[in-house]
Amino acid sequence: MIDTLGPFLEATIRTATPLALAALGETIVERSGVINIGLEGAIIAGAFGAVATAGLFGVSGAFVGAAAAGVLTAVVLAFFVVTLRADQIVTGTAVTLLSLGLTGVLYRSMFGVAGVALSIPTAGPVAIPLLSSIRVIGRAFFAQPVITYVVYALIPAAAWWLNRTHAGLALRAVGENPDAAVAAGVSPNRARWYALAVGGALGGLSGGSLVIAQVGTFAEGMSAGRGFIAIAIVALGRWSPIGVAAAALVFGAASALQFVFQSLGWMLPYQLFLAFPYVLTLAALAGTGGRTAPPAALGRR
Amino acid sequence: MAGIVTGLVAVLAVSSGSDPGRALEALWLGSVGSRYALLSGSLVRATPLILCGLAVALAFTAGVMNIGAEGQLLAGGTAATAVGLATSPSLGRLALPAALAAGAMAGAAWAFLPAWLRRRFGVLEVITTIMMNFVALYMVGYLVRGPLQEPLRIYPQSASLPEAARLPLLPGAARLHLGFAIALFCAGGVWWALRTTAAGFRVRVIGANPDAARSAALIDVGRSTLRVFLLSGALAGLAGAIEVTGVTYSLYENISPGYGYTAIAVALVGALNPLLTAVSGVFFGALEAGAAAMQRDAGVPSVTATVAEASIILVVLASAGVRGRVARRRRRAAHTPPITRSPGFSGVA
Repeated sequence: MIDTLGPFLEATIRTATPLALAALGETIVERSGVINIGLEGAIIAGAFGAVATAGLFGVSGAFVGAAAAGVLTAVVLAFFVVTLRADQIVTGTAVTLLSLGLTGVLYRSMFGVAGVALSIPTAGPVAIPLLSSIRVIGRAFFAQPVITYVVYALIPAAAWWLNRTHAGLALRAVGENPDAAVAAGVSPNRARWYALAVGGALGGLSGGSLVIAQVGTFAEGMSAGRGFIAIAIVALGRWSPIGVAAAALVFGAASALQFVFQSLGWMLPYQLFLAFPYVLTLAALAGTGGRTAPPAALGRR
Repeated sequence: MAGIVTGLVAVLAVSSGSDPGRALEALWLGSVGSRYALLSGSLVRATPLILCGLAVALAFTAGVMNIGAEGQLLAGGTAATAVGLATSPSLGRLALPAALAAGAMAGAAWAFLPAWLRRRFGVLEVITTIMMNFVALYMVGYLVRGPLQEPLRIYPQSASLPEAARLPLLPGAARLHLGFAIALFCAGGVWWALRTTAAGFRVRVIGANPDAARSAALIDVGRSTLRVFLLSGALAGLAGAIEVTGVTYSLYENISPGYGYTAIAVALVGALNPLLTAVSGVFFGALEAGAAAMQRDAGVPSVTATVAEASIILVVLASAGVRGRVARRRRRAAHTPPITRSPGFSGVA
């Protein structure tokens, strides 16, 4: 059992990393009263941005490219949703479709239809001395790519920023009661623009981490619904960074279960494992739906 | 609209290294350039788009954000295949209506969980319907390699539906099948129901202002939206049933190239009006048929159509948004009290 536990935890952290990145960004966005259904688009754009820049600028350049691509999708969404007050859900769906389509077209035009010859620099795991030698959990938590450590740092940072700073308070006010925020001299539109930019950057980084720290290449539609799962994670984590991080871990574990079953030699249809995170999302939403309190102005125009 | 498509296709064709002239020619010839292309390409593709577009339009009218037409379509296609295969020798010609009914019911059943979660717990249906889309996709993937796989067990697809469970072709219309007529009939039916019946009126009131509907004691908002949600799922499920009984004759994973997502654009361009949605379904059917021809004949990736669809949605939203901004500014100028909450979704259209 110990033999499977180590790899299981390692896979849990690995799959949770991109989910946590996107979900932390979405937490900030939703606390400002906007739901970014275009998050899926930010992730796929980030994945493409990473592939497009990795060859020229290396691993760290690729993460910058990924974040920039994510911000680009957020700018489109913010313009429609915040400035023009278009419907958030329809706009988000359109941004996702646009991003999925454009990345597909651009990828083929840049790397040819096959695109197999593509090899980009990837970020290998970096073991932290001492911590990584803790038995069983050490390697799982502390021998990961650098982006995972960035997530570890982001979780408390986001929690502190949201709950303990004036800017965080202003953002929450915008999400709960925009009129009161206006009365207090805070511009809801500006707060939402900034929140969406941060959310887009983190969504882009999430896609970038998929490419650079995991797969090592780009495939059309490789975001595979992670943006939507991240949105569900935010609800499951009750709109708080710590809760969201915990929920992302649960999802990572659910996806990693298939490795356990494989190593135990259980023969189950693999589609069951593929569908599992989505079923879990439904179950989780059903389980917590009655008790969660989303930001009061969420989704309103 | 056609201008947007033409411009986009040209730009995207150039960017992917193809000849824009050839791409546009292929787009034209593959969609409306010939009688055969129009009937067998565009209108055949328009059929599921009209039905899914109606599903989305009906749901959005009631303020139900059903993004799950894709999953409901797959559920409908699956049920129609299973029922068609199981009942065709015993039920004779009744196998076809049985398959279609099963498809519609399966679509409604697939919409039930998100609908119930929304009603019971207020869970956002946007997320749950999208999750159900993925579950449906993997369910079909499992079934066509497991219980529903064809007898030889070579290909990941179901056995071919027997003649009795297939939709007849429309006379003198190449590959166009009866499903197109059914889709148009549904468009008329939804339009009539929304416009003239009491239930339709309730749906429109709920969409326009749920709070007002709630305070009018005669409207049970929860029950009405649940029913609309299920009906929306049934329309999408019927689209799937018609697709397998009229076009593919068997079930496999890719029976839908994203009809359920394109349907959002179809409904929006149709201003959520059922009759206009049918028209816009034909437009998007032509676009998709043309895009397929473009990929075949000019090497332009068919995801170009996705880009065009997304752009069209954004243009529609932008024009509505700009109008809204102008209206807000006028209101401000007239010193009327500000409206803090916009009136539901239908305001967009």
